Amino acid sequence: MMSAVPVYWFLMLSAVLFALGVAGFLFRRNIITVFMSIELMLNAVNLSFVTFSYQLKQVNGHLFTFFVMVVAAAEAAVGLAIILTVFKNRSTLNIDEVNSLKN
Amino acid sequence: MLDLLWLIPAAPFASAAVLLLVGRRMPRKVVATLGVVSIAVSAIVSGLVAIAFIGSPPPGNAYDQHLWTWIAVGGFHPGIALYLDPLSLIMTLVVTFVSFLIHLYSTEFMAGDEGYARFFAYMNLFVASMVMLVLGDNLLLLYLGWEGVGLCSYLLIGFWYRDPANGRAGQKAFIVTRVGDTSMAIGLFLLFHMLGTLNIQELMARARADWPVGSGLAIAAAALLLGGAVGKSAQLPLQTWLPDAMAGPTPTSALIHAATMVTAGVYLIARTHVLYEIAPAVQLAVAIIGAATLLLAGFSALVQTDIKRVLAYSTISQIGYMFLALGLGAWSAAIFHFMTHAFFKALLFLAAGIVIEALHQEHNIFHMGGLRRELPVAFWAFLAGGCALAGLPLVTAGSYSKDWIIASASPSPALWAAAIAGVLLTSLYTFRLIFLVFFGTARTPVSKQPGVAEQIPVWVLAVLSIVGGSERPAYRPFMAHLFGATPKPPEALSTIAAAAAFFTGLVCAWYFLRGDAPATNPLARFWYAGWGFDWLYGRIFVRPVEWAARVNHNDVIDSMYDGLATLARFVWRGLALTENGKLRWYAAAIAGGTLIFVALVIFL
Amino acid sequence: MPGNFATASDVIRFLPEIILAVMGTLLMILDPLLHRRSSNAFGHLSILALAGALGGAIYAYLNGGPAFGGMLMVDGFATFFGVLVIVAGILTILPSYRFLARQGAETSEYHALLLFSVAGQCLMVAANDLIMVFIGLEISSISSYILAGYLREDKRANEASLKYFLLGSFATAFFLYGVALIYGSTGTINLAGVNVVLSGPGAPSLVFVGVAAALMFVGLGFKVSAAPFQVWTPDVYQGAPTPISAFLSAGPKAAAFAVFLRIFTTAFAPIGHGWEPLVWASALLSMTIGNFAALQQSNIKRMLAYSSIAHAGYVLVALTARSEVGTAAAMFYLAAYAFMNIGAFAVVSHLSGKGERYQNIEDFSGLAQKQPLAAAMFSIFLLSLIGVPLTGGFFGKFYIFKAALESHLVWLTVLGLLNSAVAAYYYLRILVMMYMREPAEATEAVEPLSPGLRLALIVPAIGTLFLGIFPNWVLDFAGKSSVLLK
Repeated sequence: MMSAVPVYWFLMLSAVLFALGVAGFLFRRNIITVFMSIELMLNAVNLSFVTFSYQLKQVNGHLFTFFVMVVAAAEAAVGLAIILTVFKNRSTLNIDEVNSLKN
Repeated sequence: MLDLLWLIPAAPFASAAVLLLVGRRMPRKVVATLGVVSIAVSAIVSGLVAIAFIGSPPPGNAYDQHLWTWIAVGGFHPGIALYLDPLSLIMTLVVTFVSFLIHLYSTEFMAGDEGYARFFAYMNLFVASMVMLVLGDNLLLLYLGWEGVGLCSYLLIGFWYRDPANGRAGQKAFIVTRVGDTSMAIGLFLLFHMLGTLNIQELMARARADWPVGSGLAIAAAALLLGGAVGKSAQLPLQTWLPDAMAGPTPTSALIHAATMVTAGVYLIARTHVLYEIAPAVQLAVAIIGAATLLLAGFSALVQTDIKRVLAYSTISQIGYMFLALGLGAWSAAIFHFMTHAFFKALLFLAAGIVIEALHQEHNIFHMGGLRRELPVAFWAFLAGGCALAGLPLVTAGSYSKDWIIASASPSPALWAAAIAGVLLTSLYTFRLIFLVFFGTARTPVSKQPGVAEQIPVWVLAVLSIVGGSERPAYRPFMAHLFGATPKPPEALSTIAAAAAFFTGLVCAWYFLRGDAPATNPLARFWYAGWGFDWLYGRIFVRPVEWAARVNHNDVIDSMYDGLATLARFVWRGLALTENGKLRWYAAAIAGGTLIFVALVIFL
Repeated sequence: MPGNFATASDVIRFLPEIILAVMGTLLMILDPLLHRRSSNAFGHLSILALAGALGGAIYAYLNGGPAFGGMLMVDGFATFFGVLVIVAGILTILPSYRFLARQGAETSEYHALLLFSVAGQCLMVAANDLIMVFIGLEISSISSYILAGYLREDKRANEASLKYFLLGSFATAFFLYGVALIYGSTGTINLAGVNVVLSGPGAPSLVFVGVAAALMFVGLGFKVSAAPFQVWTPDVYQGAPTPISAFLSAGPKAAAFAVFLRIFTTAFAPIGHGWEPLVWASALLSMTIGNFAALQQSNIKRMLAYSSIAHAGYVLVALTARSEVGTAAAMFYLAAYAFMNIGAFAVVSHLSGKGERYQNIEDFSGLAQKQPLAAAMFSIFLLSLIGVPLTGGFFGKFYIFKAALESHLVWLTVLGLLNSAVAAYYYLRILVMMYMREPAEATEAVEPLSPGLRLALIVPAIGTLFLGIFPNWVLDFAGKSSVLLK
């Protein structure tokens, strides 16, 4: 894929953001922050989609981005509700303390 | 009509499944109805099928009902298919009909038993397996039925499992027949491997085409199958289990250990008779085994004291006749004798059951006597069955089938003499039994008369024992259809010799064998113990195995498995650590896995 | 996608999804109206909806073909899996009646969410376009995240839900990144289009596409609980309401495998040699980890979770074969697995009691004496999970290993067979408990079988035996449908 320099940079940025999201998921302890890391990963992917769509001069990538955003919103609604019930039951948002299920 | 064939095994099988699952909760009436009606359906359907089959024989005188293909993998596609020809037709007819009568009898005989539903479930399962064995068109179904009847036999011998002796008898039957089964399984594999098909008819056709007479493969296959037949049919040298199998309820003895299952070996050899034709050496062995068994078992029957053991040895002896016929190439004679034997032997067992029931579970014939007046039903039944067994000339069905076998033995003087001697022995032990049980003075009071459900089967079987086979002209077309060719009429010499032997036995029994106590001379004890086979096998097989078990008390091989188990536990502990409940660890595992996968793709 | 918005044939081919979505919404609207009267009504309604969807799926199959400009493909493959996930839905609802009543939980949302989840799975299995795959996957997943934590007051359920949600979204992000890379390198998100580009001249570099495939593998591997992405499975199965654990092990798993098969054996077929090592490794890891971790597990739900991982491994063996025979074997296996596993979970759900107190293997002591029917049905499922002849599980394994051998995967086959021998141990342990021990606290307290539960046990048992005795019917259909791209 012979991409022009700007496109290459966009993709790099996307990859870095994605990696940051992964790192955030792994290293942060607050559940809300972990959740936000996932959003970061999704938006990094969105950036890739938009870039490719721009490069290929198609709308498919843009379309995909919209769907990802919609899904992310739905996930946020559900996810926050789940986090809320966890908080209500345990009075903590430290992810390491939610570990009663194990061998 | 022939399309209904599948119902014959399906009805008892379905009923067995229901009884096994929920039988314990059902009222006894329902259990009995289900158990009997399912077999009645089988019997009626086989009757209808027989009428249709004889009325308008299908092309090739055989009907193949392909139900479905079980699996289709490459060249291996065993069908669930039933094969009906005169041989399987007569077997199915006899099995279902006799089973029906015995089931009816059992509703009364087992009435007080707590394992009522279990009993009928096993019995139904047995009938389904037996019919499967007979009707199956390929080796897989044959083997399935073969093992199925073996399993049911084991379950029913040990039916009263609270007494450890019964459990041991069941185990003995299972293990001894297993020796034969193993041989048969190897034989089946050999056939499938060399001839490349599971279908029995194709197998036989290919064997005839590919193997010359006397070829090593044919001899090996025939001999291996013979091993299975000898085990199932309690012939020398695997006959030792059958007398002990009498530990089961009497209807079981009648159905499984006399009328049907023990003749599975006869069926197997008749079904694969092509193999024996191209392996004459093995065929001769079949005849010799048959002759030897019929004499040995006859002598043993002569000195038994337990009424059921007399009948058990008599069964071994009669199956010896069938083997003799098979070995002489008289397939139809063997199957004919199977049929008459099924009638009169089932009859004798059912009558014995009535006697035992009436005398508070008394089995010793020296404690019986004088029952002619007390138990007329049993007496007349025994008389009919005994005459058929011993072969009262011209009157009974048994005499016709036996004459046929004796006549086919006439080319070989030794075998012929054995067969005639067998008639003498049969007559001796049969009438010894009848005289001891029904004549003389009463020694035990009678406490119960048989009810209707026990009487009907006995009467029906008694009639069949007399008229169930004969040379009367009316029978000829029927027999011709069922047995292929019309049997050649027995020669005068054979018939006269057999008749003479019969009457000699009858008279000798009256004069010499009505003593008050069992004979105690060494020869009698030797016969009583079944010619010492149990003792011999105990020394040769059981003791060494027990010795090896003692030596290997700590199980050398098992320690290897212990090592494996320890290893598995070790792995488990390691894996258990990975499931520590921490979400971030899990995410790290996923991320790490992703990295490794991406690396794999890039560097491979 | 030019042209009409939706033609009549589009609507027909989309019928099951429409029925499920409409009925799911209807359930939520009806909630305030029906609520006080009968809580079973929602269960009945959703079974009705699923039955309707089943009819719709068959109708759609009879009028099959591409829909919505090729975004969906209603073919034998889609119908096979569509029917499978719908049946899995019905089988999940049957034991749920008693379960929900016992836990005193709301019913309308439960059933509505279940219907949405099944709708998402139907969409997944028919998807012929990566957008559709993604949307279906998310509809199915988001509903099941909630269902896993449906018992709000239960700490274990909360935790299961949180773990499932966070890790699920995490894995989905990887999947999505893979999709983006595919889109970038091939310029299309249509599966057939991807195949054309990859097999044509000027195909993008294998490394790039391979990385994309690996990333997509992560997302799908997570959903089917294939190692090394299986870590969530035991915790979630243990914490989730038992009928939902059953559902997760059948519906979403089958649908994710359908997507797996569709993407990897059609779109990525040209780069098969590139992804084969991944699937090979994952198959072996899943079987080994699943079976060995289950060996000494005392919690039955966790044990079944590990067993679910191991079974995902077996299906991956079929995928590794990269042949139509392998695809058909995987389809057959998933059908058999759905029956036997939902059945097994139904027994667990029946025994667990209020608040799911009884989850240990010891709790099954003497079940055969107390409830012979439940014990007998459980035995059928366990024997099928072991792979004993005359059960669906036997033929499933048989076909899979046969397909693997035909593709010369001798080592994988040998290791797989060794694994299934190990597995027999932990399944048989339960049989021993049920039949050879005296009844214990849990079995003494077990309630009588309700009609719904009776059905929930008998129907899967019949299905399991049917697949063991008449395997050819299903296998024929699977074989015909496994020809995905022509």
